[in-house]
Formats: sequence, structure tokens, C-alpha cells
Amino acid sequence: MEFLNSILVKPFSDMFAAPDFLIQVLWEGLVAGVLYALIALGFVLIYKSSRIFNFAQGIMVVFAALTLVGLHEKGVPALLAVPMTLGVMFLLAVAIERVVLRPLVNQPDIILFMATIGITLFLVGFGELIFGGENKVMITEQLHIPTGSFEFEPFGGFVSIEQKDVTAVIGAVLLVGGLILFLNRSKMGRAIRALGDDHQAALSVGISLSTIWVLVWFIAGVIALATGIVWGARAGVSFALEVIAFKALPVLMLGGLESVLGAIVGGIAIGVLEKLFEIYWGQPLLGGNTETWFAFVFALIVLLFRPQGLFGERIIERV
Amino acid sequence: MLYRTAGQFKTSYYADHALFPVRQDAMLLGFILLLAFVVFPMTADEFVFKALLVPVLIYALAALGLNILTGFAGQLSLGTGAFMGVGAYACYKLVSIFPEMNIVVAIALSGFFSAAVGVAFGLPSLRIKGFYLAIATLAAQFFLVWLFEKWAWLYNYNSSGAIQVPNIDMFGVTVAGPNASAVVQYYFVLCVVSLITLLSINITRGRIGRIWKSVRDMDIAAELVGINLMKAKLSAFAVSSYIVGIAGALFVFLWRGAAEPVLFDIPLSFRVLFIAIIGGLGSILGNYLGAILIVALPVVISALPSALGLPVSSATVEHLNTMIIGALIIAFLIIEPHGLARFWAIIREKLIMWPFPH
Repeated sequence: MEFLNSILVKPFSDMFAAPDFLIQVLWEGLVAGVLYALIALGFVLIYKSSRIFNFAQGIMVVFAALTLVGLHEKGVPALLAVPMTLGVMFLLAVAIERVVLRPLVNQPDIILFMATIGITLFLVGFGELIFGGENKVMITEQLHIPTGSFEFEPFGGFVSIEQKDVTAVIGAVLLVGGLILFLNRSKMGRAIRALGDDHQAALSVGISLSTIWVLVWFIAGVIALATGIVWGARAGVSFALEVIAFKALPVLMLGGLESVLGAIVGGIAIGVLEKLFEIYWGQPLLGGNTETWFAFVFALIVLLFRPQGLFGERIIERV
Repeated sequence: MLYRTAGQFKTSYYADHALFPVRQDAMLLGFILLLAFVVFPMTADEFVFKALLVPVLIYALAALGLNILTGFAGQLSLGTGAFMGVGAYACYKLVSIFPEMNIVVAIALSGFFSAAVGVAFGLPSLRIKGFYLAIATLAAQFFLVWLFEKWAWLYNYNSSGAIQVPNIDMFGVTVAGPNASAVVQYYFVLCVVSLITLLSINITRGRIGRIWKSVRDMDIAAELVGINLMKAKLSAFAVSSYIVGIAGALFVFLWRGAAEPVLFDIPLSFRVLFIAIIGGLGSILGNYLGAILIVALPVVISALPSALGLPVSSATVEHLNTMIIGALIIAFLIIEPHGLARFWAIIREKLIMWPFPH
């Protein structure tokens, strides 16, 4: 009885006892969720157009952020460093397509997945070699991102919302909106979706596989840079950022591997739920740090009921 | 000229089903076993045992376990490291609860714990397929490592949170712990690994192995010819996790000597996956070739600059190491996606035909 009370009643009574704290927790979860969603978006884009399960998305975030900070340290003005970093991400996309993907066309999924793990290791070593392994500070002020915080006092409590988090959420919304417009309205976007539906049919109507792959990996690089700036502003730039790449996996599975909408909904759901679980169940009952596994177990439970994820394309098996 | 299969006639089904129907293969294996059992122990020093021979064997065993699941039964697993951890912690608890228990028995029993955990996390495979299944094993990976950290009973409530292997004797010889000699540990690992390899060769070419392969190739067709998918998949998870668990127990008890939960984190899972894939999925020999490559490569790369007299700092070497391994994985996948085992198969074909091209 005591036990049931502690898992079923007490967390909720805690929530209602301190609604200001609950709002703070929900906001933190939402911001983390938006970032998970951004990384997952990079995955989805690549998976949609090439059926490659791109494990390197997480390290691309780190690499983009490191390049930006590293260029700034070398004396490049911040606002010039951003386009230069985009240039580096473009070169990276071309290199990956030329060196890794082109020779591996038509290989089984697992081989391509392993190749992206190879890319991850290569970029980790390369990044550490050039920029050093130590933690760096994101150049938030130089990029004109506001750093203050809004403070509210709802229900007689106290809630503090950092302005850079607000910027992050707005930036993410704009990025996602632009991406959806691009995918659904532009010629290139249609080509990407066509390639995702059927490689051979797309090739036969004259869509260039290699151009689209470079384009898709470059867009993933742009998303990686945006994620890197936002996450770096919150937690500093280091290879520890890589762990958020793992968080993007359950987000993807939950939302469905092909769905842009799924990535966003899944990301926010997982960000909010894992914070709630950690604060109200994890820390008092399980000794804390449940954020490392909650997302995976939650996604697994959802998948048991919907094997294709919440918004994934229905898996139809033909014989 | 040396490798000729011509003239080796089989006059009975029994002879045709032999483990090594080609005489040269058996001789080659005999030669390798002679090297492993006699020549290496006589020539190798402490460093070679600790840095090369023992880890190669243990990693090869772990990769063999993973290969049964991924290569033979077609179920992707990213949680090998955590299952190794279950084996290691189970063995640690068995040894501390029953100090008189023979270490071989303890290791053999600890495999059953990881098999049980493996089956539990394998249950979703009945409903989830492909990359979606990776989430089940990743859930196992992160949840179990968290559990190793938080459940103090597992490491006997000691303050460091790590498990420390005590000195364990078997028939008057210390086999595990700080006092054990490298040669004894090597022989112990070698015997266990050889035995399990022999068993797995026979399992994978027998009835269960053929069932697994049919499930891997096309599960719907397998179901239509009357194969029970649930039994097939869960038995693959059980056998695979059993072997991986034993590899984990050996990993800590016969090699590392101590372990923290972080040791079983995702990099270990990926290292084992690399070995299995670079060696060749669906092959037993490949695990050994892959393990030799992955274990020896960092040792060679870190020894190379000082051998050549290049002034390179150790941090740089470490970064170069990561980079080179990443590049090599990509290179190997491009050159031969079916792994090193396929290389050997090609060489063998060429040798049989030699000196003719076809």
C-alpha cells in the first residue's frame, strides 16, 4: 500500500503542490525535447532519401559546433564563421558521398549502418586531433543570441525561462517549418521524397542520386550546426554532446523512421516525459539518473503496440 | 599445389558429414591449435598475453555470441556490452556467495543469467523487426548499465562501486585474481573458447542452426514451412546471450581483474559489433580474424611512432588511432562487405584452382 502510494499518488500530489516547479520542469523537458527532435530530423531526412540509418548525425552536431568555435578562436568574426562552417559541412557531405556512400550503394542496411559508425569514429578522431579534446564555450554573445532570462511568478511561485532557450525553440520551429516547405513544395524536395519511395523509379525519370545525397547530407549538416549552437549554448561544446545522438534513436523509433512530424512529436514527448519521470519517480524512488534509459524503455513499450512507430509508414510484408 | 581437394573420396555419409571433410583444412587447424597451445605459451611474454592473446580470444568469443544472433538468426543487437556485464556481475555474485564453487562452474552458470536476460529483451523481436529491434537491445544496454551502477547489492555494497576479482584457485593453481600468472589465464581462456567454438560450429550446422538461417533469410517463408518463429528467435537470443555472458565473465575474471559499470557501456557493444561485421556475419572463423584485427591494430598503431623515432605525443596517437580505425572500418566495408572470412574463402578457391585461373 505504501509502495502503491509512492508510485501512483505521491508524484501527482507533488505536482499539484508546487505548480510553478512543474511548469519549470515541463519547460526544461520541452527545450531538451526540441533538441532531440532536431537531431532526429537529420536522421529522418537521410533515412527517407537513402534508407541509411545515419549514426553519424550526433557527431556531426559536435563537429559543426567545434568548427564554429574553432574558427572563431582563430580570429574569424562570429557572423562570418557561420557561413564558413556551413561550407565545411558541405565539403563533408561531398566527401561522405564520394568516399563512403557511392561505393556502398545497394549494400544491405547493416553494412551502411556500420559505415556511418566508421564515419563517427573518424570524425571523433579528426575533431580531437584538430580542435583538441577539451570542453569549449559556445560563442553565444558573439552570435547575438540573448542570454538573459524571463522570470514569472505564477501561483505565487517562481519560474525562470532563459532567453536562449526561447531563441532555440523559435529557431527550431522556423527550421522545421522551412524544411517541411522545402520537402513538400520545391522541386528538389519532391526529388528527395521520390528517391525515398523508390530508388530505381526515381533514377529512371532522371533524378540524380549523387546530387540528392550530397544535398540531403548537407541539409543534415545545417541542422547539425543549428543543434550544435543551441545545445552548445546550454552545455558547452565537447564530445560529451555525442550522447544526445543516442537519445535521438528512441525519438526516431517512437515517431517512425520516415516521418518528419513523428520526429518532432517523438522528440518533444520524450524530452518532457523523461524529465517528469526523472524528477517525480526517478530521483525519489530509483536513485536518479534514469534519463539514460527512460527514453529507450518508453520507446520499446510503445513499439510493442505499434511496431512502425507512431507516425511511421505501415510495414506491409509482401511475399 | 599444396591445397588439392582432388582424390579425397568419401565413401560414406558419415565421412561426408565430417567437421572437416577436406584434409588440408584439418591440418591447417591442427597447425593453428599447435601454435595456440604450445608455441605461443613458450614464446610470449607477459605483455603479449595481456595485450594481445587473451583479449583476442575473449573478444572473439563475444563476437561469436553476437554473430549467432545477428549473423545466423538475423536479429540486430546493439546491447552486447550490457549482456557481457550481466555475465560478469552474475559470476562475481556467484563467487562471493559460494566461495568454494569451482570457477569453471561459476562461469558456466553465469552464462545462464545473461541468457535469461537476453531472452527477456529478445521477446520484443517477435513483434518488432529490423532497425526498430535495435531499440530493444539499446534499451537493455542503457538500462542494465544503469542497474549495475545503482543496485549496490551487485557489487557487494563496496564504496568504489566497482567489482574486484579475488584470488581464485582451481586444483591448487591460482587462475583468477591479482596473483594469477598470465600463462595459466591464457590456457584457461583458450580451453573455454575452444570448447565453445566447437559447440557452436556443431550447433550452427545442425538442425537449430539451419532453422536460424532460414529465419534470417526470410522469416515469412520459414514460418510457412512450419518453423516456430518464437522458438527460433528466442533460442537464438538465449544461445547468443549465454556465450556473450561467458565472454563477459572471462573478460572481467581472466583479463581485466576489476570492472566498473562504465566498462560495459556502448563502446564495448560497438567494438564487438565491429569484430563480428569486419570478420564476416554468419561465419565462425571471421570472429577470430576480426578480433585479431581490432585488438592488434591499436597496439601496433601506438607502438609505431616510437619504433620509427617520430616525436608524436600520446594524445595525438590516441586520436590518430580512433581516426584510423574509423577509416579502416569504412575501407574494409567497401573492399569486402562480407568480411574477412570471405577473403579466406576466395583465397581457398584460388589455391584449389591454382595455377589455372578458372
